[in-house]
Amino acid sequence: MFTRFEKQIPKIVLAPSFSAVLIFVYAFMAWTVYIAFTKSTIMPMYKLNGVLQFGRLSRSPRWETAIENLFIFGILFIAISTVLGLLLAILLDQRIRSEGALRSIFLYPMALSFIVTGTAWKWILNPGTGIEAFVRSWGFSSFKFDWLVNPDFAIYTIVIAGVWQSAGFVMALFLAGLRSVNQEIIYAAMVDGISTRRIYTKIILPSMAPVFMSAVIVLSHLAIKSFDLVVALTGGGPGYQTDLPATFMYAMAFSRGDLGQAAASATVMLMTVVAIIVPYLYSELRSKNG
Amino acid sequence: MVDNKGLVGSVRFVEYLVPRVQRLGIYLALVVFAAYYLMPLFVMLTTSLKSLDEIRTGSFISLPRDIDFSSWKIAWSEACTGVKCNGLKPYMLNSFLIAIPAVAISTMVGALNGYTLSHWKFKGANLIFGMMLFGCFVPFQVILLPMAIVLGKLGVAGSISGLVLVHVVYGLGFTTLFFRNYFVTVSNEITRAAKIDGAGFFRIFYSIFLPLSAPIFVVTIIWQFTQIWNDFLFGVSFSQAGTQPVTVALNNIVNSTTGVKQYNVDMAAAILAALPTLLVYILAGKYFIRGLTAGAVKG
Amino acid sequence: MTDKILSIVGLNKKFGNVDVLLDINIELESGGFLVLVGPSGCGKSTLLNCLAGFEAINSGSIEIGGKDVENVSPKDRDIAMVFQSYALYPTMTVEKNITFGMEARGVKKEARDANLARASQILQIEPLLKRKPGQLSGGQRQRVAMGRALVRDPKLFLFDEPLSNLDAKLRVDMRTEIKKLHNRLNASIVYVTHDQIEALTLATKIVVMKDGLIQQIGTPDEIYNRPGNIFVADFMGSPPMNLIPVKAIPREKHTEIVIETRGEHKPIILKDLRLELLKSLNGKTEIILGLRPEHITNLENVTGQHKAVSECVVDVIEPVGSDIFVITELGGKNVTARLRSNAYVELGKSMKVVFDLNNASYFYPKTGIRYDF
Repeated sequence: MFTRFEKQIPKIVLAPSFSAVLIFVYAFMAWTVYIAFTKSTIMPMYKLNGVLQFGRLSRSPRWETAIENLFIFGILFIAISTVLGLLLAILLDQRIRSEGALRSIFLYPMALSFIVTGTAWKWILNPGTGIEAFVRSWGFSSFKFDWLVNPDFAIYTIVIAGVWQSAGFVMALFLAGLRSVNQEIIYAAMVDGISTRRIYTKIILPSMAPVFMSAVIVLSHLAIKSFDLVVALTGGGPGYQTDLPATFMYAMAFSRGDLGQAAASATVMLMTVVAIIVPYLYSELRSKNG
Repeated sequence: MVDNKGLVGSVRFVEYLVPRVQRLGIYLALVVFAAYYLMPLFVMLTTSLKSLDEIRTGSFISLPRDIDFSSWKIAWSEACTGVKCNGLKPYMLNSFLIAIPAVAISTMVGALNGYTLSHWKFKGANLIFGMMLFGCFVPFQVILLPMAIVLGKLGVAGSISGLVLVHVVYGLGFTTLFFRNYFVTVSNEITRAAKIDGAGFFRIFYSIFLPLSAPIFVVTIIWQFTQIWNDFLFGVSFSQAGTQPVTVALNNIVNSTTGVKQYNVDMAAAILAALPTLLVYILAGKYFIRGLTAGAVKG
Repeated sequence: MTDKILSIVGLNKKFGNVDVLLDINIELESGGFLVLVGPSGCGKSTLLNCLAGFEAINSGSIEIGGKDVENVSPKDRDIAMVFQSYALYPTMTVEKNITFGMEARGVKKEARDANLARASQILQIEPLLKRKPGQLSGGQRQRVAMGRALVRDPKLFLFDEPLSNLDAKLRVDMRTEIKKLHNRLNASIVYVTHDQIEALTLATKIVVMKDGLIQQIGTPDEIYNRPGNIFVADFMGSPPMNLIPVKAIPREKHTEIVIETRGEHKPIILKDLRLELLKSLNGKTEIILGLRPEHITNLENVTGQHKAVSECVVDVIEPVGSDIFVITELGGKNVTARLRSNAYVELGKSMKVVFDLNNASYFYPKTGIRYDF
């Protein structure tokens, strides 16, 4: 017999995870967003206070820097990682002899913590002991590469380290995508006498569109969440010049004791992610489940 | 079963298209990029084996004159991570104490969830899955504050168990996704045959699905272990002096403002902290890659 | 009453707002072989799933072995099912595949082994017992799937297009196996297929379906020789029944059937001597004549009284070994005639054929329904 219980088992099995998600993701999100509309400082206060936190946020020079950095870093990081990843994938796709080894080399950074990556690059980009010193030791005494400590350029060091960590992942995506292109279409094009370059630009790359999407989505997500890398590489400095929304939020929450600002900045981060991810997820789920 | 298109390619037509000279150029470009990628690892290694004097006077790229392992010893048991100076060892242990239970729990639960969502559809199953999936993408900044409060209320603030809880909860989305996408490739007719045969929910999972899920278990475990071991945000937000994971300890060592900067110790510590996940990558990299692309290349 | 192994009454099913099964009424007696046949999307698989209990129904009732199975889970309906993809448990040996269900049901080891031995022997899969599904050929997997069903000793076997995944030759062999099994065990079977040849060869009772509706229920002979409407006439039998628009002119003691030919050729005039037809006509003149290709044939082949001989122009010749199919144009349609292979035919020329109106069916042109007399 179909006991009532038997029919409910699937739901019962999912219930713990689903409740956990409901509470620890959605309820928490709601709480944070709520707090963003209050006057909370060290302790949370629950009386609603309109959008004053967001007003404060927009007037804060530190937040302004953080947002600016997010754009600079985000766009450069995504663009360069994508291009580099695609380039590496195309290069590796050429039936190279040591493909496996090379692939491992390009990908291993993803197995590392951002803290480790930050530590390594901090050392390399250190003007006194790293690349600058090295090039100078070759006689180019006026060579300057002090980006790491330069307020205007420090943000670009984060791009360098970030790209190093993540381009391999994009490469893996594109490689898988390149290899799933239908061979017969390529052969047909070859028979038709179409040039290599056009085969790439007119046939292969366009069919990579979904992979591009996936890569950009994941990279944007990484960019918005970037916290570990900044902490390890520059500590947000010099000063606040390499602050990103994530480090701003952390500082507000745990050092400054300004929960209202922390919540407001977290909310802005959330909205940004939602604006990117939700349409993507919606279209993915729809096409897969009908 | 699972489509095994992998990354090791089949026939590559481009061989015909690219003449010899260009081929040399390709190899050259790849070598340059490989250098860019290996350089930091190389630098970390060599720096960790140099004495401070040599570091100051030599270039960062040069090989060590005399191989000196003392910085490794310091990094392991004497480096200062704030108030304590016990090196990285206790924190490596913490990371294991956090990672192993968290990986085990989130993987098992994910397996059951994935199985349920792919073969026992009910009204709203898709919605539940979607909501869990979205949970993977949420920037954790929005849960930091309330989580800190709740952990305090549960009495596990700053404890290892608290961190295990955090990692399990936020790992569920991914593990469920991996298993669900894998089990979806198993035909529904098999479950139906088993139902007619009289098998119930758990027997079908145990006798039919578990035996065929070894590959996805490996992928999930490697992915989860790497994510949890490398985490910093949760570690730095929810731990205290004795319970910090190795990433937090590493950061403390490297960014400590007291004393002379011991770059060689920093580098040794970084390598030590990276060793477990690096080892996993070297030994089982194939599965790691599969895990990376499984989630994203859905289209 | 108790001889009915299956009784479906007034079954309706919707997917959302779409009707997928409408007013299904079917009965099957014990030991019968029921085939549900129809084009893709006609609802046959859905109906099978409703019988198995994998789909709920909106209204109506299903009784298996005299028991109402509403709200009864598949495992308690006393059924066994063979799936299109065989659905063997991939990580278990053939032996385990077959005994899995018995174990789940708590059958004792001796009984399990005995059932396994019996089924393996009947299906000749004894040498395969230790292998895994991945090591078996398509036909072998099929038999293992049937073995799994056999050991359940159910009241009703359900087959869901079990031969679709096999190549043509294997399909014919397995078809024979299934027929033999049916005879040997006197099993009651509900079988779904889109292949009308399978339906005609295997069934004791055929249900032709289209768009969720039953078009006709009958024995293979009834379905083949007395199709209930144009759809059934066209769908069943290969090549399909010729459906020729003709004029029916009532005369005193017979009906005159006038068939237009192409161009300036004279129309063919045939006489159908059946009085029942004359009576049913009721003043209608437009009518559809249905004749199977084998009923338009050489002079020598036809016996009986209702012969009508005429001449047709040969458009296409298709030799198929034992016969020759000749296509000609009648009533504006391509009509296929089936001649013995020794017939003399020449492309473009006329040939003499006999219309065996003994076996003719007539249909209303607008509704497609058969003139039933």
